[in-house]
Amino acid sequence: MTGEIALPNRGAAWPRVVKWASGLQRLPWLAILMIAPVLIFGVFGPWIWPHDPALIDLANTKQPPAWLDGGDWSHLLGTDSFGRDLFSTLIDGARVTLIVAVVGTLGSALIGVTIGLVAGFYGGRVDALLMQLADVKMSIPATLLIILLGGAIGAGLATIVISIVVLFWASFARVIRGQTLTLRERGYVSLARVANCSDYWIITRHILPNLLGTCIVLITIQLGRAIVTEAGISFLGLGVQPPDSAWGLMVSQGRTFLATAWWIPAFPGLAITLTCLGSNLLGDWLRDALDARASLL
Amino acid sequence: MLFYFFRRLGRALVTIVGISVIVFVVARLSGDPTLQLAPEDATPEELAQIRSELGLDKPIWMQYVVFVEHVAQGDFGTSIRYQQPALSLVLSVLPATLQLGLSAFVLSTIVGVLLGVVTALKRDTWIDSGLRGVVVVGQAAPSFWLGMMLILLFSVELQWLPSSGRMSLAHMVLPTMALALSSVAVVLRLTRSAMLETMSADYIRFLRSKGMSKSLIVWKHALRNASIPVIAVLGLQLSYLIGGAVIVETVFNWPGVGRLMVEALNARDFAVIQAGALLVSFFTVGANLLVDLLFGLVDPRIRYE
Repeated sequence: MTGEIALPNRGAAWPRVVKWASGLQRLPWLAILMIAPVLIFGVFGPWIWPHDPALIDLANTKQPPAWLDGGDWSHLLGTDSFGRDLFSTLIDGARVTLIVAVVGTLGSALIGVTIGLVAGFYGGRVDALLMQLADVKMSIPATLLIILLGGAIGAGLATIVISIVVLFWASFARVIRGQTLTLRERGYVSLARVANCSDYWIITRHILPNLLGTCIVLITIQLGRAIVTEAGISFLGLGVQPPDSAWGLMVSQGRTFLATAWWIPAFPGLAITLTCLGSNLLGDWLRDALDARASLL
Repeated sequence: MLFYFFRRLGRALVTIVGISVIVFVVARLSGDPTLQLAPEDATPEELAQIRSELGLDKPIWMQYVVFVEHVAQGDFGTSIRYQQPALSLVLSVLPATLQLGLSAFVLSTIVGVLLGVVTALKRDTWIDSGLRGVVVVGQAAPSFWLGMMLILLFSVELQWLPSSGRMSLAHMVLPTMALALSSVAVVLRLTRSAMLETMSADYIRFLRSKGMSKSLIVWKHALRNASIPVIAVLGLQLSYLIGGAVIVETVFNWPGVGRLMVEALNARDFAVIQAGALLVSFFTVGANLLVDLLFGLVDPRIRYE
C-alpha cells in the first residue's frame, strides 16, 4: 500500500530534479567561471590571499611561477620586483578594479538611461540635441578624452570613474533611446496619456520597466569594458597611484620587466582579459535569455 | 549624391564644433591658470591684472569665441615644456600616429571581412568556432597588454621582429597587429552575421539554382549585399583605431601623438594635451567623413540610410 503511494511521488520528484539540473546546465558556466574570481577576490580578498600583498621580500624578487624552473609552490604565480607574491597582489588589485568598474558602469547607466529615455520620449529638438552630443562624444577617440580629463583633474580613482562615465553614457543613451521610440507608440502608453498620467509616471511606470532587460544586458557588457578601460587609464598613469593597486597599474608597472620576468605584466593582463571575456559572454547569454522571454510577452 | 554630401559635411562640421566645446570646457576644468602664472606673493590686484590679460574676466561664451578664433588662426598655445607652439609639436608627430591608425584600419578591414566570409561559409565547423574563439578573446584583451605579449613572443622569445621605434616597415608589424585585433573582431562578427543572412536570401538561392559558380556568388553578390552594416561601423572603427594608436604607441615607443601627450601629461603641459586632442579629433572626423563619402559614392544605398 505504502509502496503504491511512494511510486508516483518518486516519479514526480525525478522530473523536477532533472528539470532543475538541465536548467543549471543551460547557465553560462564558462562566463560565470571567468567573472567569479574578480567578485570573490574583490569582496573576500583579505581572507583568501596566501601572503600579505604588501609584504616586501627582497630575497625573493622576480621568482617565476610555481610550475617553471626556480618556481616555488608558496608563490603560485611568482613574485614581482619587490618580492611580493603576485597572486596576492592580484587578489588585492581586484578590489579597486571591481569598485571602479561597478561604480563607473552604474554611473554611466544612470546618466545614459536618463538621457536615452528623455530623448526617446520627448523626441524633437531635445532628442536631436542629445543625440548630437552622443555623436560628438563617439567621434572623439576615447584615449584622447581620457588624457584630456586626466590632464584637467589629475590622476586618481575619481578620474577613472569620471572617465568611464564620460566614455560610456552614450552607448546606454543610444540603445535606450531607440527602444523608447518604439515603446512610446504602444497602446498602453496612449491609454496612460488618456488617463491623464504625468510624463514622469508614464516613463517610470510604463516604459522603464520594459527596458530593464536591456539595461541588465548593457550593464553586464559594459562592466567588462569598464575593466579594460580602467586598465588603459591606469596604464597611462592616470588611475590609482601606488601603493594602491589595480590590475591595469600592475600591467603598466610590469612593462619594464617584460624581457626578464614576463609573469609580472602577463598575469594581471590575463585577469583583465578573462574578466572582460566573461562579462561579454554573460551579456550575450543574458540577451538571448531575456529576448526569449521578451518575445513571449 | 550632392544632398548626401552636404548632409554628411554638415554633420561633420557640427561634430567639430561640439569637439571644440568639449575640449574648451574640459580645459577650463583644469583650474585657474592665473595661479600657475602669477608669482607666489601676487596681490589680488596683480591677479586680476593677469586674469584680464588672459581674458578670463570675460563671460564664458566670449572666452569660447576667443578660443575658437585662436584655434582657427592655428594658435593652440605654447608648450611650457618645449617653449614651442603646441601646434607644430603635434603636427611633427601626427603622421606617425595616423600611419599606425590607418594601417591598422586597412588590416582589420581586410582581415575582418575575409575571415567573416570564411566563418559564415564554414558555419559551425571547427574553423568557424576556432576563429571566432580567437577573435572573442582578442576583443576582450586590452590592446597595450596584447602588444606586450606580442613583444614577448616575437621580439623576446623568437627575436623575429623589433619591439620599439619607427625605423623600418618591420617596426610597424607588432603595433599594427596589437591595435588591429579588437577591430578585426568587430568587423568579423558583423560580416559573418550579415553574410549568413544574405546567403539564405532568395536571390542567392536563385543564382545557385542557375548554376553560377560559388565564388562568384559569394564575392560578387552576397558580400556586396552584406557590406552595408559593415561599412556603417567602419567610420567608428577608424576613430577607435586612431584613438587606440595613442595608447599602443606607449608600449612600442612609437614616436606619435600618444607618446607626446603622455609626456605632456607628466609635465602638466596642458597646451600640448589640448592641441593633441583637438587635432587628432579633427583628423578622425575628417577621415571618418572621407570614408563615408567614398562608400556613399561606391554604394548608392548608403546615401539613403
